[in-house]
Amino acid sequence: MIDVVVYFFLLGLVARLVKSDLRLPEALYETLSIYLLLAIGLKGGIELSRQPLAALAPQVAATMALGFAIPFALFPLLRRLRLPAVDAAAIAAHYGSVSVVTFAVATATLARQGIPYESHAALWVAVMEAPGIVAGILLARRALRGEGQRTDWGGLAHDVLFGKSVLLLAGGLVIGAVAGEAGTAPIKAVFVDPFRGVLALFLLELGLVAGGRLGELRRFGPAVLVVGFGVPPLLALAGALVGRALGLTTGGIALLATLAASASYIAAPTAMRIAVPQANAALSIALSLGITFPFNIIVGIPLYLRLAQELSP
Amino acid sequence: MIAKHPKKLLVVIAEAAIEKALVQEALRLGAHGYTVSDVRGAGTSGAREGSWEADRTVEIKIVCDAEVADAIAETALARFGAHYGLTMFFSDVQVLRPEKF
Repeated sequence: MIDVVVYFFLLGLVARLVKSDLRLPEALYETLSIYLLLAIGLKGGIELSRQPLAALAPQVAATMALGFAIPFALFPLLRRLRLPAVDAAAIAAHYGSVSVVTFAVATATLARQGIPYESHAALWVAVMEAPGIVAGILLARRALRGEGQRTDWGGLAHDVLFGKSVLLLAGGLVIGAVAGEAGTAPIKAVFVDPFRGVLALFLLELGLVAGGRLGELRRFGPAVLVVGFGVPPLLALAGALVGRALGLTTGGIALLATLAASASYIAAPTAMRIAVPQANAALSIALSLGITFPFNIIVGIPLYLRLAQELSP
Repeated sequence: MIAKHPKKLLVVIAEAAIEKALVQEALRLGAHGYTVSDVRGAGTSGAREGSWEADRTVEIKIVCDAEVADAIAETALARFGAHYGLTMFFSDVQVLRPEKF
Protein backbone atom coordinates (compact mmCIF):
# COMPACT_ATOMS: atom_id res chain seq x y z
CA MET A 1 0.00 0.00 0.00
CA ILE A 2 2.86 2.38 0.81
CA ASP A 3 3.88 4.53 -2.14
CA VAL A 4 7.49 4.10 -3.28
CA VAL A 5 8.37 7.72 -2.46
CA VAL A 6 7.69 7.04 1.22
CA TYR A 7 10.56 4.53 1.31
CA PHE A 8 12.93 7.40 0.56
CA PHE A 9 11.62 9.19 3.62
CA LEU A 10 12.29 6.07 5.69
CA LEU A 11 15.80 5.86 4.22
CA GLY A 12 16.47 9.44 5.34
CA LEU A 13 15.08 8.64 8.78
CA VAL A 14 17.31 5.58 9.10
CA ALA A 15 20.36 7.50 7.85
CA ARG A 16 19.78 10.02 10.60
CA LEU A 17 19.18 7.43 13.31
CA VAL A 18 22.43 5.58 12.51
CA LYS A 19 24.23 8.94 12.48
CA SER A 20 25.27 8.68 8.84
CA ASP A 21 27.24 11.60 7.42
CA LEU A 22 24.63 11.93 4.64
CA ARG A 23 23.61 15.56 4.34
CA LEU A 24 21.90 17.08 1.33
CA PRO A 25 23.21 20.54 0.50
CA GLU A 26 20.83 23.26 1.62
CA ALA A 27 20.77 24.69 -1.89
CA LEU A 28 19.36 21.39 -3.15
CA TYR A 29 16.66 21.36 -0.48
CA GLU A 30 15.73 24.88 -1.53
CA THR A 31 15.73 23.96 -5.24
CA LEU A 32 13.62 20.86 -4.72
CA SER A 33 11.05 22.67 -2.61
CA ILE A 34 10.74 25.45 -5.21
CA TYR A 35 10.30 22.81 -7.92
CA LEU A 36 7.62 20.93 -5.99
CA LEU A 37 5.61 24.05 -5.19
CA LEU A 38 5.70 25.25 -8.80
CA ALA A 39 4.92 21.83 -10.23
CA ILE A 40 1.95 21.32 -7.89
CA GLY A 41 0.65 24.81 -8.72
CA LEU A 42 1.06 24.32 -12.48
CA LYS A 43 -0.78 21.02 -12.44
CA GLY A 44 -3.71 22.60 -10.62
CA GLY A 45 -3.60 25.65 -12.87
CA ILE A 46 -3.89 23.64 -16.07
CA GLU A 47 -7.08 22.14 -14.71
CA LEU A 48 -8.36 25.58 -13.70
CA SER A 49 -8.05 26.72 -17.32
CA ARG A 50 -10.72 24.18 -18.22
CA GLN A 51 -13.47 25.28 -15.86
CA PRO A 52 -15.39 28.39 -14.85
CA LEU A 53 -13.75 29.93 -11.81
CA ALA A 54 -17.05 31.00 -10.23
CA ALA A 55 -18.05 27.36 -9.82
CA LEU A 56 -15.08 26.89 -7.49
CA ALA A 57 -16.05 29.67 -5.09
CA PRO A 58 -17.87 27.35 -2.62
CA GLN A 59 -14.81 25.06 -2.46
CA VAL A 60 -12.46 27.96 -1.86
CA ALA A 61 -14.71 29.39 0.86
CA ALA A 62 -15.21 26.00 2.55
CA THR A 63 -11.53 25.00 2.54
CA MET A 64 -10.49 28.40 3.91
CA ALA A 65 -13.14 28.17 6.63
CA LEU A 66 -11.93 24.67 7.49
CA GLY A 67 -8.32 25.90 7.85
CA PHE A 68 -9.50 28.79 10.01
CA ALA A 69 -11.74 26.63 12.21
CA ILE A 70 -9.20 23.87 12.96
CA PRO A 71 -7.09 25.90 15.44
CA PHE A 72 -10.19 27.02 17.35
CA ALA A 73 -11.39 23.43 17.66
CA LEU A 74 -7.94 22.15 18.60
CA PHE A 75 -7.04 24.80 21.16
CA PRO A 76 -9.32 23.64 24.03
CA LEU A 77 -8.23 20.06 23.42
CA LEU A 78 -4.54 21.02 23.69
CA ARG A 79 -5.24 23.08 26.80
CA ARG A 80 -6.88 20.05 28.38
CA LEU A 81 -3.56 18.22 27.90
CA ARG A 82 -2.06 20.93 30.13
CA LEU A 83 -0.11 22.62 27.38
CA PRO A 84 0.60 26.31 28.06
CA ALA A 85 -1.80 28.61 26.18
CA VAL A 86 0.80 30.13 23.84
CA ASP A 87 2.17 26.70 22.94
CA ALA A 88 -1.34 25.38 22.34
CA ALA A 89 -2.04 28.34 20.05
CA ALA A 90 1.17 27.81 18.10
CA ILE A 91 0.55 24.08 17.70
CA ALA A 92 -3.03 24.80 16.63
CA ALA A 93 -1.73 27.15 13.94
CA HIS A 94 0.58 24.43 12.57
CA TYR A 95 -2.35 22.03 12.23
CA GLY A 96 -4.64 24.70 10.80
CA SER A 97 -2.13 25.40 8.06
CA VAL A 98 -1.15 22.63 5.64
CA SER A 99 1.82 20.56 4.49
CA VAL A 100 2.31 20.70 0.74
CA VAL A 101 4.52 17.61 0.69
CA THR A 102 1.94 15.52 2.55
CA PHE A 103 -0.53 16.62 -0.13
CA ALA A 104 1.96 15.65 -2.86
CA VAL A 105 2.38 12.16 -1.39
CA ALA A 106 -1.41 11.79 -1.24
CA THR A 107 -1.77 12.74 -4.93
CA ALA A 108 1.01 10.28 -5.82
CA THR A 109 -0.84 7.54 -3.91
CA LEU A 110 -4.13 8.33 -5.67
CA ALA A 111 -2.45 8.43 -9.09
CA ARG A 112 -0.76 5.09 -8.53
CA GLN A 113 -4.04 3.46 -7.54
CA GLY A 114 -5.85 5.06 -10.46
CA ILE A 115 -8.29 6.94 -8.24
CA PRO A 116 -9.45 10.17 -9.91
CA TYR A 117 -9.52 13.43 -7.97
CA GLU A 118 -10.17 17.10 -8.64
CA SER A 119 -7.02 18.12 -10.52
CA HIS A 120 -7.36 21.70 -9.34
CA ALA A 121 -6.86 20.49 -5.74
CA ALA A 122 -3.66 22.56 -5.57
CA LEU A 123 -5.98 25.54 -5.27
CA TRP A 124 -7.21 24.22 -1.92
CA VAL A 125 -3.61 23.93 -0.73
CA ALA A 126 -2.84 27.51 -1.71
CA VAL A 127 -5.86 28.95 0.08
CA MET A 128 -5.50 26.74 3.18
CA GLU A 129 -2.00 27.86 4.02
CA ALA A 130 -2.79 31.21 5.65
CA PRO A 131 -6.16 31.00 7.52
CA GLY A 132 -4.87 28.55 10.16
CA ILE A 133 -1.91 30.79 10.89
CA VAL A 134 -4.17 33.81 11.37
CA ALA A 135 -6.42 31.80 13.70
CA GLY A 136 -3.40 30.62 15.72
CA ILE A 137 -2.14 34.18 16.13
CA LEU A 138 -5.59 35.32 17.29
CA LEU A 139 -5.64 32.52 19.87
CA ALA A 140 -2.15 33.43 21.07
CA ARG A 141 -3.10 37.08 21.37
CA ARG A 142 -6.09 36.18 23.47
CA ALA A 143 -3.83 34.09 25.71
CA LEU A 144 -1.29 36.91 26.03
CA ARG A 145 -3.88 39.60 26.65
CA GLY A 146 -2.55 42.15 29.10
CA GLU A 147 1.06 41.75 28.07
CA GLY A 148 0.59 44.67 25.70
CA GLN A 149 2.12 42.85 22.77
CA ARG A 150 1.14 44.17 19.37
CA THR A 151 0.98 42.08 16.25
CA ASP A 152 2.36 43.60 13.07
CA TRP A 153 -0.45 42.24 10.87
CA GLY A 154 0.78 44.07 7.78
CA GLY A 155 4.28 42.61 8.03
CA LEU A 156 2.89 39.15 8.77
CA ALA A 157 0.44 39.24 5.88
CA HIS A 158 3.34 40.16 3.63
CA ASP A 159 5.51 37.32 4.94
CA VAL A 160 2.77 34.68 4.62
CA LEU A 161 1.11 35.74 1.38
CA PHE A 162 4.36 36.55 -0.41
CA GLY A 163 6.38 33.85 1.32
CA LYS A 164 7.70 31.23 -1.04
CA SER A 165 5.04 28.56 -0.50
CA VAL A 166 1.96 30.65 -1.25
CA LEU A 167 3.74 32.73 -3.90
CA LEU A 168 4.98 29.72 -5.88
CA LEU A 169 1.77 27.69 -5.51
CA ALA A 170 -0.38 30.64 -6.54
CA GLY A 171 2.11 31.64 -9.25
CA GLY A 172 2.07 28.10 -10.66
CA LEU A 173 -1.74 28.06 -10.56
CA VAL A 174 -1.94 31.33 -12.48
CA ILE A 175 0.69 30.33 -15.05
CA GLY A 176 -1.03 26.98 -15.57
CA ALA A 177 -4.46 28.60 -15.86
CA VAL A 178 -3.28 31.25 -18.32
CA ALA A 179 -1.11 28.98 -20.46
CA GLY A 180 -3.44 25.98 -20.37
CA GLU A 181 -2.65 22.45 -21.45
CA ALA A 182 -1.18 23.40 -24.83
CA GLY A 183 0.82 26.31 -23.49
CA THR A 184 2.48 24.26 -20.77
CA ALA A 185 3.27 21.32 -23.08
CA PRO A 186 6.85 22.53 -23.77
CA ILE A 187 7.76 22.51 -20.05
CA LYS A 188 5.96 19.26 -19.28
CA ALA A 189 9.20 17.28 -19.51
CA VAL A 190 10.56 19.25 -16.54
CA PHE A 191 7.53 20.02 -14.41
CA VAL A 192 5.25 17.02 -14.87
CA ASP A 193 7.12 13.85 -15.78
CA PRO A 194 9.95 13.90 -13.18
CA PHE A 195 7.61 15.00 -10.38
CA ARG A 196 7.61 11.78 -8.41
CA GLY A 197 11.37 11.33 -8.68
CA VAL A 198 11.93 14.81 -7.30
CA LEU A 199 9.37 14.16 -4.57
CA ALA A 200 11.33 11.01 -3.60
CA LEU A 201 14.56 13.00 -3.34
CA PHE A 202 12.86 15.69 -1.29
CA LEU A 203 11.44 13.07 1.06
CA LEU A 204 14.94 11.68 1.58
CA GLU A 205 15.96 15.11 2.83
CA LEU A 206 12.83 15.44 4.98
CA GLY A 207 13.58 12.03 6.50
CA LEU A 208 16.96 13.38 7.58
CA VAL A 209 15.35 16.49 9.06
CA ALA A 210 12.52 14.61 10.78
CA GLY A 211 15.00 12.08 12.20
CA GLY A 212 16.82 14.96 13.83
CA ARG A 213 13.61 15.98 15.61
CA LEU A 214 12.92 12.54 17.08
CA GLY A 215 15.52 12.97 19.80
CA GLU A 216 13.65 16.01 21.09
CA LEU A 217 10.39 14.12 21.54
CA ARG A 218 11.61 12.54 24.76
CA ARG A 219 11.98 16.01 26.24
CA PHE A 220 8.31 16.85 25.83
CA GLY A 221 6.64 13.81 27.38
CA PRO A 222 3.58 11.75 26.49
CA ALA A 223 1.22 14.66 25.75
CA VAL A 224 3.16 15.21 22.54
CA LEU A 225 2.56 11.64 21.38
CA VAL A 226 -1.17 11.94 22.13
CA VAL A 227 -1.35 15.09 20.01
CA GLY A 228 0.97 13.97 17.22
CA PHE A 229 -0.77 10.66 16.60
CA GLY A 230 -4.29 11.47 17.84
CA VAL A 231 -5.01 14.80 16.21
CA PRO A 232 -4.45 13.97 12.51
CA PRO A 233 -7.18 11.28 12.26
CA LEU A 234 -9.68 13.57 14.00
CA LEU A 235 -8.90 16.43 11.64
CA ALA A 236 -9.00 14.05 8.68
CA LEU A 237 -12.54 13.11 9.64
CA ALA A 238 -13.51 16.80 9.73
CA GLY A 239 -11.85 17.36 6.35
CA ALA A 240 -13.55 14.32 4.84
CA LEU A 241 -16.96 15.48 6.03
CA VAL A 242 -16.40 18.92 4.51
CA GLY A 243 -15.29 17.23 1.27
CA ARG A 244 -18.41 15.11 1.23
CA ALA A 245 -20.63 18.14 1.87
CA LEU A 246 -18.96 19.83 -1.10
CA GLY A 247 -19.79 16.84 -3.26
CA LEU A 248 -16.16 16.01 -4.08
CA THR A 249 -15.02 12.77 -5.70
CA THR A 250 -13.65 9.98 -3.49
CA GLY A 251 -10.12 11.09 -4.37
CA GLY A 252 -11.03 14.68 -3.57
CA ILE A 253 -12.45 13.73 -0.18
CA ALA A 254 -9.25 11.80 0.60
CA LEU A 255 -7.15 14.82 -0.40
CA LEU A 256 -9.15 17.27 1.71
CA ALA A 257 -8.97 14.84 4.65
CA THR A 258 -5.20 14.68 4.17
CA LEU A 259 -4.90 18.47 4.00
CA ALA A 260 -6.96 18.88 7.18
CA ALA A 261 -4.83 16.26 8.96
CA SER A 262 -1.50 17.69 7.81
CA ALA A 263 0.57 20.17 9.79
CA SER A 264 2.63 22.95 8.27
CA TYR A 265 6.38 22.97 8.78
CA ILE A 266 7.38 25.80 6.44
CA ALA A 267 4.97 28.75 6.59
CA ALA A 268 3.55 28.25 10.10
CA PRO A 269 6.84 27.91 12.03
CA THR A 270 8.26 31.04 10.43
CA ALA A 271 5.10 33.10 10.95
CA MET A 272 4.54 31.92 14.53
CA ARG A 273 8.18 32.53 15.44
CA ILE A 274 7.75 36.18 14.50
CA ALA A 275 4.20 36.71 15.76
CA VAL A 276 4.36 34.65 18.97
CA PRO A 277 7.99 34.47 20.10
CA GLN A 278 6.96 33.19 23.55
CA ALA A 279 5.74 29.89 22.10
CA ASN A 280 8.06 26.90 22.21
CA ALA A 281 9.03 26.52 18.55
CA ALA A 282 10.86 23.22 19.08
CA LEU A 283 7.65 21.68 20.46
CA SER A 284 5.52 22.65 17.43
CA ILE A 285 8.18 21.42 15.02
CA ALA A 286 8.72 18.15 16.86
CA LEU A 287 4.98 17.57 16.53
CA SER A 288 4.45 18.60 12.93
CA LEU A 289 7.65 17.26 11.42
CA GLY A 290 8.71 14.60 13.95
CA ILE A 291 5.39 12.81 14.44
CA THR A 292 2.50 14.02 12.32
CA PHE A 293 4.29 14.19 8.98
CA PRO A 294 5.69 10.60 9.16
CA PHE A 295 2.39 9.36 10.59
CA ASN A 296 0.40 10.92 7.77
CA ILE A 297 2.53 9.69 4.88
CA ILE A 298 3.00 6.16 6.23
CA VAL A 299 -0.27 5.34 8.02
CA GLY A 300 -2.55 8.33 7.56
CA ILE A 301 -2.97 8.61 3.80
CA PRO A 302 -4.05 4.98 3.24
CA LEU A 303 -6.38 5.37 6.23
CA TYR A 304 -7.91 8.61 4.92
CA LEU A 305 -8.41 7.00 1.54
CA ARG A 306 -10.37 4.20 3.20
CA LEU A 307 -12.37 6.80 5.09
CA ALA A 308 -13.13 8.63 1.83
CA GLN A 309 -14.29 5.39 0.23
CA GLU A 310 -16.60 4.73 3.18
CA LEU A 311 -18.02 8.24 3.08
CA SER A 312 -18.48 8.51 -0.67
CA PRO A 313 -22.06 8.27 -1.79
CA MET B 1 52.46 53.24 7.06
CA ILE B 2 48.85 53.51 5.94
CA ALA B 3 46.49 55.38 8.27
CA LYS B 4 44.10 53.15 10.23
CA HIS B 5 41.08 54.20 12.23
CA PRO B 6 39.56 52.38 15.21
CA LYS B 7 35.98 51.08 14.95
CA LYS B 8 33.86 48.42 16.64
CA LEU B 9 32.86 45.15 15.04
CA LEU B 10 29.54 43.88 16.40
CA VAL B 11 28.73 40.29 15.49
CA VAL B 12 25.12 39.18 16.00
CA ILE B 13 24.25 35.50 15.62
CA ALA B 14 20.50 34.98 15.60
CA GLU B 15 17.59 32.95 14.25
CA ALA B 16 16.98 33.81 10.62
CA ALA B 17 13.37 34.68 11.52
CA ILE B 18 14.52 37.95 13.07
CA GLU B 19 17.16 38.87 10.48
CA LYS B 20 14.96 41.46 8.81
CA ALA B 21 14.02 43.12 12.10
CA LEU B 22 17.64 43.14 13.34
CA VAL B 23 18.94 44.72 10.16
CA GLN B 24 16.19 47.36 10.26
CA GLU B 25 17.09 48.24 13.86
CA ALA B 26 20.80 48.40 13.04
CA LEU B 27 20.27 50.79 10.14
CA ARG B 28 17.83 52.88 12.16
CA LEU B 29 20.35 53.20 14.98
CA GLY B 30 23.10 54.46 12.71
CA ALA B 31 24.89 51.51 11.13
CA HIS B 32 25.93 52.27 7.55
CA GLY B 33 26.15 48.71 6.37
CA TYR B 34 26.11 45.07 7.38
CA THR B 35 27.15 41.62 6.14
CA VAL B 36 24.99 38.53 6.63
CA SER B 37 26.01 34.89 6.29
CA ASP B 38 24.17 31.64 6.89
CA VAL B 39 25.70 29.65 9.71
CA ARG B 40 24.89 26.63 11.84
CA GLY B 41 25.78 25.59 15.34
CA ALA B 42 24.50 24.88 18.81
CA GLY B 43 24.15 26.66 22.12
CA THR B 44 21.83 27.18 25.04
CA SER B 45 18.83 27.23 22.69
CA GLY B 46 19.71 23.85 21.21
CA ALA B 47 21.31 22.72 17.96
CA ARG B 48 20.39 24.58 14.80
CA GLU B 49 21.51 22.85 11.64
CA GLY B 50 20.04 25.13 9.03
CA SER B 51 18.70 22.17 7.10
CA TRP B 52 15.31 23.76 6.42
CA GLU B 53 13.42 27.05 6.69
CA ALA B 54 12.63 27.20 10.39
CA ASP B 55 16.07 25.92 11.39
CA ARG B 56 18.20 28.66 9.88
CA THR B 57 20.66 30.85 11.71
CA VAL B 58 22.38 33.98 10.44
CA GLU B 59 25.50 35.86 11.46
CA ILE B 60 25.28 39.61 10.99
CA LYS B 61 28.52 41.60 11.05
CA ILE B 62 28.31 45.33 11.60
CA VAL B 63 31.32 47.65 11.67
CA CYS B 64 30.41 50.98 13.28
CA ASP B 65 31.18 53.49 16.02
CA ALA B 66 31.26 52.21 19.58
CA GLU B 67 28.09 54.11 20.58
CA VAL B 68 26.15 52.76 17.61
CA ALA B 69 27.27 49.20 18.37
CA ASP B 70 26.14 49.61 21.97
CA ALA B 71 22.77 50.98 20.93
CA ILE B 72 22.18 48.13 18.46
CA ALA B 73 23.17 45.49 21.00
CA GLU B 74 21.01 47.05 23.71
CA THR B 75 17.96 47.23 21.46
CA ALA B 76 18.46 43.70 20.13
CA LEU B 77 18.77 42.33 23.63
CA ALA B 78 15.66 44.14 24.84
CA ARG B 79 13.52 43.19 21.85
CA PHE B 80 14.70 39.66 21.12
CA GLY B 81 16.84 38.47 24.03
CA ALA B 82 14.06 36.79 25.98
CA HIS B 83 12.58 34.52 23.34
CA TYR B 84 15.01 34.03 20.48
CA GLY B 85 18.38 32.39 20.05
CA LEU B 86 20.70 35.41 20.15
CA THR B 87 24.46 35.77 20.63
CA MET B 88 26.39 39.01 20.35
CA PHE B 89 29.99 40.01 20.81
CA PHE B 90 32.17 43.03 20.16
CA SER B 91 35.71 43.45 19.02
CA ASP B 92 38.01 46.30 18.18
CA VAL B 93 38.88 46.58 14.54
CA GLN B 94 40.75 49.04 12.38
CA VAL B 95 39.46 50.35 9.08
CA LEU B 96 41.00 52.35 6.29
CA ARG B 97 38.09 54.57 5.32
CA PRO B 98 36.24 55.60 8.51
CA GLU B 99 33.55 57.57 6.68
CA LYS B 100 32.20 54.28 5.29
CA PHE B 101 31.17 53.09 8.76
